[in-house]
Amino acid sequence: MGETRTGLVVDYIIQMRPQDILMPVAAGLCCKPGGFHIDPVRPVERAVITHGHSDHARSGHGAVLATQETLDIMRLRYGDNFAGATQAVSYGEEIRLNGISIKFHPAGHVLGSAQVAVSGKDICIVASGDYKNAPDPTCAPFELVPCDVFITEATFGLPVFRHGNAADEIKKLLGSVALFPERAHLVGAYSLGKAQRVIALLRAAGYDAPIYLHGAMEKITLYYESRGIVLGELRPVRGMKKADLAGTITLAPPSATSDIWTRRFPDPVTAFASGWMRVRARARQRGVELPLVISDHADWDGLTATIEATGAGEVWVTHGQEDALVHWCKAKGLAARPLDLVGYGEEDDSDPLPAAEDAQA
Amino acid sequence: MNRFAELLDRLAYEPGRNNKLRLLTAYFRDVEDPDRGYALAALTGALSFKHAKPGLIRDLIAARTDPVLFAFSYDYVGDLSETVALMWPKTPSHAQSAQLLPRKVGDVGEHAIGHNNPPPTLTEVVTTLRMLGKTELPKQLSRWLDELDETGRWALLKLVTGAMRIGISARLAKTAAADLGGKDPHEIELMWPGLTPPYPDLFAWLEGRADKPVNLDPAPFRPVMLAHAIEDTDFVNLDPADYIAEWKWDGIRVQAVSGRDTRGHQLARLYSRSGEDITKSFPDLLPSLHLAGAIDGELLVMREGRVQSFNVLQQRLNRKVVSPKLMKDYPIHLRAYDLLGDGETDLRTLPFAERRERLERFVTKLDDPRIDLSPTIAFDSWDALTAARRDPAAAGAGEDAEAVEGVMLKRRDALYLPGRPKGQWWKWKRDPHIIDAVLMYAQRGHGKRSSYYSDYTFGVWTSGESGDELVPVGKAYFGFTDEELLQIDRFVRRNTVEKFGPVRHVVHEPDQGLVLEVAFEGLARSTRHKSGIAMRFPRVSRLRWDKPPREADRLETLERLLKADASHTPTLSTEMDADSRQEKASG
Repeated sequence: MGETRTGLVVDYIIQMRPQDILMPVAAGLCCKPGGFHIDPVRPVERAVITHGHSDHARSGHGAVLATQETLDIMRLRYGDNFAGATQAVSYGEEIRLNGISIKFHPAGHVLGSAQVAVSGKDICIVASGDYKNAPDPTCAPFELVPCDVFITEATFGLPVFRHGNAADEIKKLLGSVALFPERAHLVGAYSLGKAQRVIALLRAAGYDAPIYLHGAMEKITLYYESRGIVLGELRPVRGMKKADLAGTITLAPPSATSDIWTRRFPDPVTAFASGWMRVRARARQRGVELPLVISDHADWDGLTATIEATGAGEVWVTHGQEDALVHWCKAKGLAARPLDLVGYGEEDDSDPLPAAEDAQA
Repeated sequence: MNRFAELLDRLAYEPGRNNKLRLLTAYFRDVEDPDRGYALAALTGALSFKHAKPGLIRDLIAARTDPVLFAFSYDYVGDLSETVALMWPKTPSHAQSAQLLPRKVGDVGEHAIGHNNPPPTLTEVVTTLRMLGKTELPKQLSRWLDELDETGRWALLKLVTGAMRIGISARLAKTAAADLGGKDPHEIELMWPGLTPPYPDLFAWLEGRADKPVNLDPAPFRPVMLAHAIEDTDFVNLDPADYIAEWKWDGIRVQAVSGRDTRGHQLARLYSRSGEDITKSFPDLLPSLHLAGAIDGELLVMREGRVQSFNVLQQRLNRKVVSPKLMKDYPIHLRAYDLLGDGETDLRTLPFAERRERLERFVTKLDDPRIDLSPTIAFDSWDALTAARRDPAAAGAGEDAEAVEGVMLKRRDALYLPGRPKGQWWKWKRDPHIIDAVLMYAQRGHGKRSSYYSDYTFGVWTSGESGDELVPVGKAYFGFTDEELLQIDRFVRRNTVEKFGPVRHVVHEPDQGLVLEVAFEGLARSTRHKSGIAMRFPRVSRLRWDKPPREADRLETLERLLKADASHTPTLSTEMDADSRQEKASG
């Protein structure tokens, strides 16, 4: 912003400043000239949604523009009336709204996740939503979008977060299953994206036994399969006999893994697939016995590499460890600032279990 | 190193003892000599090299990272070794590292340029650290940190700073090794002092490839004999004439062994009841062990001829460094109650009455102020013993009565048998103190109990600014039956007022709430608790569904007890740690 401020008055009139295109307001990131919000946290007239996680995709907007997958996921979660009107957009397709161009690019985060490139006359801002640049067989790979201003998440914006190779974590899980064949392995994983990725990784590692699912996982996982993602034999864990669950792997929402629900399993080993598992205190706090560092967000190296590669001269940092990433950007000579957006957190926190599941114990 | 790191990592998260054993045994099975031997040494505390100081680690990371990013990271992670392990930058390029950082002193060029150095083995780390000079340590350490992954770096830093803290006792590691060969861990304890890392002879025997290693140690540990807790109903079948009674002292059970090595040097060792060598913590007792033999007795602190309470003794436990001041302020004492060896002679096959006679002669001959005989209690009927137990001061314990935690009954004809043989030795503990307290907060347990609210903070009434209020006085997580656990768990879930992270605030009003009858062994002043009181071994002894919280006990009751119980007890500044708690709990 420093550059525009020192510009001549005449420049100022011709040149749009980034904050004229997108600026944070209480409801979320707002594009005034385009008349829409990106991932708004409260109901707005027109919403552009990056992906289906509940802290980004909420119900009750007038109109929603998103990828077909994101719209489908929202419908699964909130019912048919989750928005007044919807419009599906494909990756690479351009939409124009009052002189503002909107283009969706894969974010590599979960199925249907997108970065939103918002362009004015001569300035391009990419709101990346949540993203990861690591391989994931369950969604389209992250696409690098050159831009002037890059809005990045900072969930794992500290240099201690390095996710490593997810396949090694799966090896750890399978090693534990082999060592404790009489115990059940319970893997906590967010129901949208993480669970399906863990299943796909298990299959890639050659694990072909049935994988069991907590009830809250079923719908989304079936939807993934309907989109052509092959996940092998999946079974609901509901109704299974305790003894028959020995030696099996079950996926469940993280909140369920310390719940009464776990009493149906024989001496369960509690695993949790998350980037947070990198830090011991976090894993211990959750009572996790087998932490699996598998994340659907970019790690520190991923964030910094992506920021550099976009060529953006200005970086806005949002939800997570903003301070450290802003510091890094400034040290690299990039204009950077934290974007004060509220309402984004871990998906699971705002994802209560369906009442039926909770009561099943 | 990576496989060892993986093991440490997994052990650090695993709460169950049996599962820890499985992980350890699998490691010993999968990993070859000498790596597994050094792992066993590391886990049993048998490795000694000059440890790297945190300052050195800090300097290493400071030279490689942005100080602001380090500060943010350290603040978030909260543990120096872990922060450094996680944010250690990847080696710039292999070529560069091969040129600038030769792998070992003296073999520059062994690794072709462009090759990635394989991570060091545990053996390499241990043997190198042993020989390494202090000035070479930083360079060597950074080289290894470059070569290892996150978990490997974490384990390395834990190892070199000497702060493993993964909840594994030496005993557990030895038991896991014993499991490898289906052997009794006692056998390993017996030969342990004669073994040296990396224990190839031990593993060869465990895998059936060689004969049992012979313990040539002049001061070996002998597996201890333990007592059963006696129940009221047991007495009818017992004849007082068959038994010798002694006081049960509230100290630490030890075995003090002395012998001559092959060169004729006198050597003395002190073992905990699990066979851990604790000699280093009590150098002041060693000169007193000048006669060859093996004493079974209680370690106590004695001041002016009086046995001090366990709280006082605690100041001497689990100390790495024993200062002259500590030895002067907390003079250590051994109270002997059995003799397992006299000179070269093994006495364990003699009946207890005979061993006792030998012990009396031995202690007389020893003639040392730091070692005395635990007196026997004269009694001719169970009623007489009951009276003695009720009032030890009047029954011969005199001024030491406060350090008596009950009586021991030993069959006159009992041989010294390892483990807990039936009907030979009995312990009859003093009755615990009992209070009625109100359940205030509940937290989930670990492992098998992770879905149950099984850790309870309880409180008693005290007058506050706005009338009576509950003040927490302790935490209990055992004592209840499985059925009772289910009942409390249900109560907690249905009566939660608020949640703070993993902690549930459970309703505790004068007319609403759950009263727990809590049994405990003693009280001490504590600066760590709001109530100013810390309890020893609190456990839930009964659920008082019948009692409204209003009728629970008051803090004044505990204050009175504290005054009567421990007028000369110092402030308990540290919580009794897990090891001493375990030592005591099953004593």
